[in-house]
Amino acid sequence: MNVAARLHSDHLVKLAVYLVLAAVSAFMVFPFVWMLVSSLKPFTEIFAGTHFLPQHWTLHNFSSFFHQADAVRAIWNSFYIATSTTALSLFLCALGGYGFAKFRFVGRNFLFGFVIATLAVPFAVIVVPLFVMMRNTFHWVDTPWPLIVPWAANAFGIFFMRQYMLSIPDEILDAARVDGASEPRIFLRIVLPVCKPALVSLGIIVFIASWNNFLWPLVVLPSPHNWTLPLVLRSLQGPPGRTPYDVLMAGSVVSTLPLVIGFLVFQRRLVSGIMAGGVKG
Amino acid sequence: MGWIAGQPAETVSPAARPARAAGTLVVRRRFRRLGWPLLFVSPFFVLFAVFSLYPIGFSFWLSLREWSLTGPARWVGLANYRALFHDALFWQSMLNAGLLFLIYVPAMTFLALVLAALLNSRYVRLQGFWRTLIFLPYIMSGTVAAAFTFQLMLDRNAGYANKFLSLLGVSPVPWLDNTWWARISLGMLVLWAWLGYNMLIMLAGLQAIPPELGEAARVDGAGPLRIFWHITVPLLRPVIVFAVTLSIIGTFSLFTEPLLLTNGGPANATTTPVLQIWQNTFSFLRVGYSAAMSWIYFAVIVVIALTQYFLVSRRDRYLEARS
Repeated sequence: MNVAARLHSDHLVKLAVYLVLAAVSAFMVFPFVWMLVSSLKPFTEIFAGTHFLPQHWTLHNFSSFFHQADAVRAIWNSFYIATSTTALSLFLCALGGYGFAKFRFVGRNFLFGFVIATLAVPFAVIVVPLFVMMRNTFHWVDTPWPLIVPWAANAFGIFFMRQYMLSIPDEILDAARVDGASEPRIFLRIVLPVCKPALVSLGIIVFIASWNNFLWPLVVLPSPHNWTLPLVLRSLQGPPGRTPYDVLMAGSVVSTLPLVIGFLVFQRRLVSGIMAGGVKG
Repeated sequence: MGWIAGQPAETVSPAARPARAAGTLVVRRRFRRLGWPLLFVSPFFVLFAVFSLYPIGFSFWLSLREWSLTGPARWVGLANYRALFHDALFWQSMLNAGLLFLIYVPAMTFLALVLAALLNSRYVRLQGFWRTLIFLPYIMSGTVAAAFTFQLMLDRNAGYANKFLSLLGVSPVPWLDNTWWARISLGMLVLWAWLGYNMLIMLAGLQAIPPELGEAARVDGAGPLRIFWHITVPLLRPVIVFAVTLSIIGTFSLFTEPLLLTNGGPANATTTPVLQIWQNTFSFLRVGYSAAMSWIYFAVIVVIALTQYFLVSRRDRYLEARS
């Protein structure tokens, strides 16, 4: 093959590669654009379906979302539940990860293997008995506790923090011990600050999961004034053909926008977090 | 005091010091070695015991009884399990999950692998830009908002999916009104949400492979595709297995998407095991029955995951024997 033909085919391959990337990216971004565009259209225009962009831009859907549903309250509920879940989870997972990463003790590997094995228990297996416990034993139905406490120390978070903490040099910790620092003090004053990047990554992952959670809040938060955003959105759905998509899309934008902003700000930390959590073997 | 110079500090304790102090020192040192780490890891085990282990046992207890969330539970032995084997709807939901898995997981895994390879090569510019766009849907994975957005997008009349097809000259598709198209739509929603996540896992795996391996093959005259299939993919197999295992558990755990996008329909084509468990508990108040259901469901997932694991590990031995 002569050089010109070879260059030509290289260009074609390159073009094909960029076309694939552009097509996949368009498919990924389009639903976000569609959601936003639909939220700014009057209902009749959504169902006329003639134009992609709104002919009459309106914020009316957003005002009806805030009027029809107790949206401010739902935003607050979602926010404080996600924040407290994240805070407690970061603390306990860092503590557990530290225990597994930086100490040698009898049964450590067995216990850590056990922690990892618990990842295989699907939530659906325990949702019914757990709900019964919450209702009859703990009396936690319609409180935020069942959303915050049960998975505060979870296998993924402990694994994640342990991986990061393995790289902390033992010398720092031993030096602090020689200086007479107590173990809790070493954890709070040395280990936690050193792990800040991992804490940010894990924090975003936990926050997103809590903010988006649907099945468990649906089960344990029956009263409307305790609803989180996903539950409020779901309640807006009407019978087939009667769903108010205008208000629903506005609500969807409200519940997605904070995550989009957070994503754009913390994108690097989130990506490196997912990649660090994915490498197992 | 010259005779103790150079001795380790522990051995110099003068005889005058009470033995009790030495005792506490040993206890304290032992606590430092064992007590602190156990204390640090204990929150996980306490929470797991209370909120997972106990419910699993309780679920078995419930599965042998008939109970409607109120009043006393009645012992029925294995009747729930026997009834379950004839419950066509439950097995339909398991079949649906299996079909859904076949619809989107091979496509998603393959696409994630190819995209990760592209974004790992020097061939492509703006890698961070593409990575961000493809990963973006992760923040809407499993959400109510995503399910409704897709529902509107796939709406027979108002949706843009059919409009787009008509621009290409393709006739409209009954996305949510036909059993097979509904499964495909559901698969599309899940693929959309999780493709970027899988891509990142694969990308992390690719970055852990030393580039010298590919370089060596290139020097030997292998083309990029050959290097990809014969060197990269085999080395990446543990990561691919990990991703597929997550997809198995994820597919069999789907709830939000089938509930909101298709409400399990049409004709139960998209109902899932978790939807069945939820419905039997909270709509039909058959708590014992749905507990039995979750046990069978769990057993099936474990069998599938183990089968996949053994198939793969056997191929490992095969490859090792060959090389």
